[in-house]
Amino acid sequence: MIAEAGLAVLWIGAALCVLQLALSVASLRAPVPAASIDTGPALWTPSTKQADEIAALNRLIRPVAVAQAVATGIAFALLITLFVQVDLSVLLVAENDHSAKPLLYRFAGTWGNHEGSMLMWVAILAVAGAAVALLERRLAERTLIATLGGQATIGLGFYAFLLFASNPFARLDPAPLDGQGLNPLLQDPGLAFHPPTLYLGYVGLSVAFSFAIGALVTRDVGPAFARAMRPWVLGAWIFLTLGITAGSYWAYYELGWGGWWFWDPVENASLMPWLAATALLHSVTVLATRDGLRAWTVMLAVVAFSMSMIGTFLVRSGVLTSVHAFAVDPKRGMFLLALLALYIGGALALFALRVGTVREGSRFDLVSREGALVVNNLLLSVILGIVLVGTLYPLIAESLTGAKLSVGPPYFNATAGPIALGMMIILAAGPLMRWRREDGVRLLRKLVAPGAVALVTGIAVKIAAPTIAILPLLGLAFAAGVGVASVMPLFGRNLLRTPLFTWGMVIAHLGIAVSLAGMASERAFTKETLVAAAIGETVHVGPYAVTLANVEPGFGPNWTSLDATLRIVRGNEDSFELKPQARAYWAPPTETSETAIATVLDGQLYTVLGRQAENGRWQLRLWWKPLVTLIWAGGALVAFGGVLTLLGRIRREGRAARRQRSGFWG
Amino acid sequence: MNRQATLFWLPLAIFIGLATSFLLRLHRPESSNIESRLIGATVPDFALPAATAGVQGLSSADLKGQGPHLVNFFASWCVPCVSEAPVLKRMAADGIPIVGIAIRDRPEAVATFLGRFGNPYQRIGSDQQARIQIDFGSSGVPETFVVDGKGVIRLQIIGPIGSQHMPDIRAALAAK
Repeated sequence: MIAEAGLAVLWIGAALCVLQLALSVASLRAPVPAASIDTGPALWTPSTKQADEIAALNRLIRPVAVAQAVATGIAFALLITLFVQVDLSVLLVAENDHSAKPLLYRFAGTWGNHEGSMLMWVAILAVAGAAVALLERRLAERTLIATLGGQATIGLGFYAFLLFASNPFARLDPAPLDGQGLNPLLQDPGLAFHPPTLYLGYVGLSVAFSFAIGALVTRDVGPAFARAMRPWVLGAWIFLTLGITAGSYWAYYELGWGGWWFWDPVENASLMPWLAATALLHSVTVLATRDGLRAWTVMLAVVAFSMSMIGTFLVRSGVLTSVHAFAVDPKRGMFLLALLALYIGGALALFALRVGTVREGSRFDLVSREGALVVNNLLLSVILGIVLVGTLYPLIAESLTGAKLSVGPPYFNATAGPIALGMMIILAAGPLMRWRREDGVRLLRKLVAPGAVALVTGIAVKIAAPTIAILPLLGLAFAAGVGVASVMPLFGRNLLRTPLFTWGMVIAHLGIAVSLAGMASERAFTKETLVAAAIGETVHVGPYAVTLANVEPGFGPNWTSLDATLRIVRGNEDSFELKPQARAYWAPPTETSETAIATVLDGQLYTVLGRQAENGRWQLRLWWKPLVTLIWAGGALVAFGGVLTLLGRIRREGRAARRQRSGFWG
Repeated sequence: MNRQATLFWLPLAIFIGLATSFLLRLHRPESSNIESRLIGATVPDFALPAATAGVQGLSSADLKGQGPHLVNFFASWCVPCVSEAPVLKRMAADGIPIVGIAIRDRPEAVATFLGRFGNPYQRIGSDQQARIQIDFGSSGVPETFVVDGKGVIRLQIIGPIGSQHMPDIRAALAAK
């Protein structure tokens, strides 16, 4: 019964989505009334009756968007209910759920599969559309209506995908005795909330995309459009930052390979939208405050959403091999590809046709804050291009020659690394520059302090560790310099009166420096040992002495395991225990290694239990990773900076709107 | 059309190229082999150091006068290499001599990879700069060559090897 109701409300949601699109098209096709000044002079003045009709259409579109969100939200809530109740007469539940699973994973299992995650995506998309309809009051009405039309167009494709190619509510007859479980690698609290975080980011970018389409359709690319789009870009970017940071930490402790980033297609699929969103975030600021970079901002909004679509396509269609194996299906790949071609191709064609008519924004000197932001944008775009080429190279090589190849971390590190370091210079200098025009000498004088800090750090590190490679050395030096430069915009200011968004920028940039320090330190100073240890044997790694005390069997609700107990001593400190585990799940049968990690102030000790060797010894892998936690701490700082900026912008614009209103009435 | 206007169409052109390659990939049947121009050529001269502790390095002399070999280019960072590891292991157990060349890899990473997925190799050379790989006419990992007892390349397989390649490999190993 619940499943049928879910399917019915999903159809209602799809119908409302069609209606939303129809209303938008009807309203936009109507001639422009003379009162609308921002879309150019009207050729024709509508009669009162026609004007009333258009106004009625316009009034209707907002409630329709809200109703669509309610219907689709109910459909998603019903699917969650089915998963929590483990209703095995539903095919999707039978395939992905299991009665022995803890409540949290039955709940999160709703989106741990293809159909459920697609329904979640549509539900978030609809809710975002409703939020735009309810909250957005600054934008010209025609642009808003075109934006809602754009949202509906994106939504429709995914409704069609759900209803015709991947119905989450399909029944299974006869119902099996129990479900087939969830991929045990995905049974992890971090991962339960990882996909929703990324989806929120992707959907936020879809709203930015719709704004860009709306602005292109009505030729209304200007500061008002940028201010309307900015909170969505910021919000999306915050979620993407959190998603990537959490995903990196998940891969780090769950895969048990000791690495925190593998340049795997699935990881790149989340990194590419983040790079584009970061560029967009910075260019939208130029457009909002200085009315520059119009065409470029629109282009980035299209690219950012395109990257999230391409990422989803690559992950879900199975065209690339990945360590994060998800269920794949070529037929769905075709459907996703068709949507991809329609949306991205359509948007790029619209861009090519319309962008010539977008007036040029205001000009600026190359040495200015705008100039720095342009260079930042270009460098981010180059990195994006590098990651895209590296991710797709195996695919393109395979289309041409039929070969499955990998380019791997050596390619990415060697190409993206130096450019990312170059970007650090811009990151340090940009916030210290004035808008429009900056005096080169004044700038250089400001950069003396961070430059000196970077140089001293570099020399100190080189003396302390003479064998250090060049990239980690530069990374540590730049991290120190950027750390100093990033807080310099606060100098000479009254800290209490400094706007929240300035604090946000400072903290986000500081976060980048912190993260960079962690990456460089992990790369340069990690100590690793792989040993076959007998019970009672002591192994040394970094500052630690690790003794394998014993190995005994254990079990959990849906797995059995071998649990090692490691007794660990560092210098004269008290000893402590770590218990790495080799786990075997039975539904479906899979082996995983549960790492045990000790986090201390200056790094992490990372331990993994491997197989038993024939001579009774146990394979142990131990890493000492100095300052590795800074990588994710930095990521969290960056996201926190984003949150402060978002709050600051909302507060300032709310105040500006109130002032405007009182001015109007007064 | 002026130059700037042409530039605006560039993103669309790039995207169409990309979408076409996606389409080709989705429509392509799994794995097909291409004939390399190096088939019939003698392997290039090289001498590579050992890729990790506990294995021997590899030189071109090892491939001459000691019967046919499988030369497998791999890397610990390469995901498709993981998928072919069990196949190589089975072949090594069947007595097929396999030597490896690790591309752009670190000794610890190779050791971890072998510990995790097994070591089917008699010798493993380390090709830090991927020089020898290029001399073999190989552009990525994994790739596998059958080299006969005189050091002449008989077969090249691009991508991970699987059971579908076994007849070709056996034929190439048996060829005089």
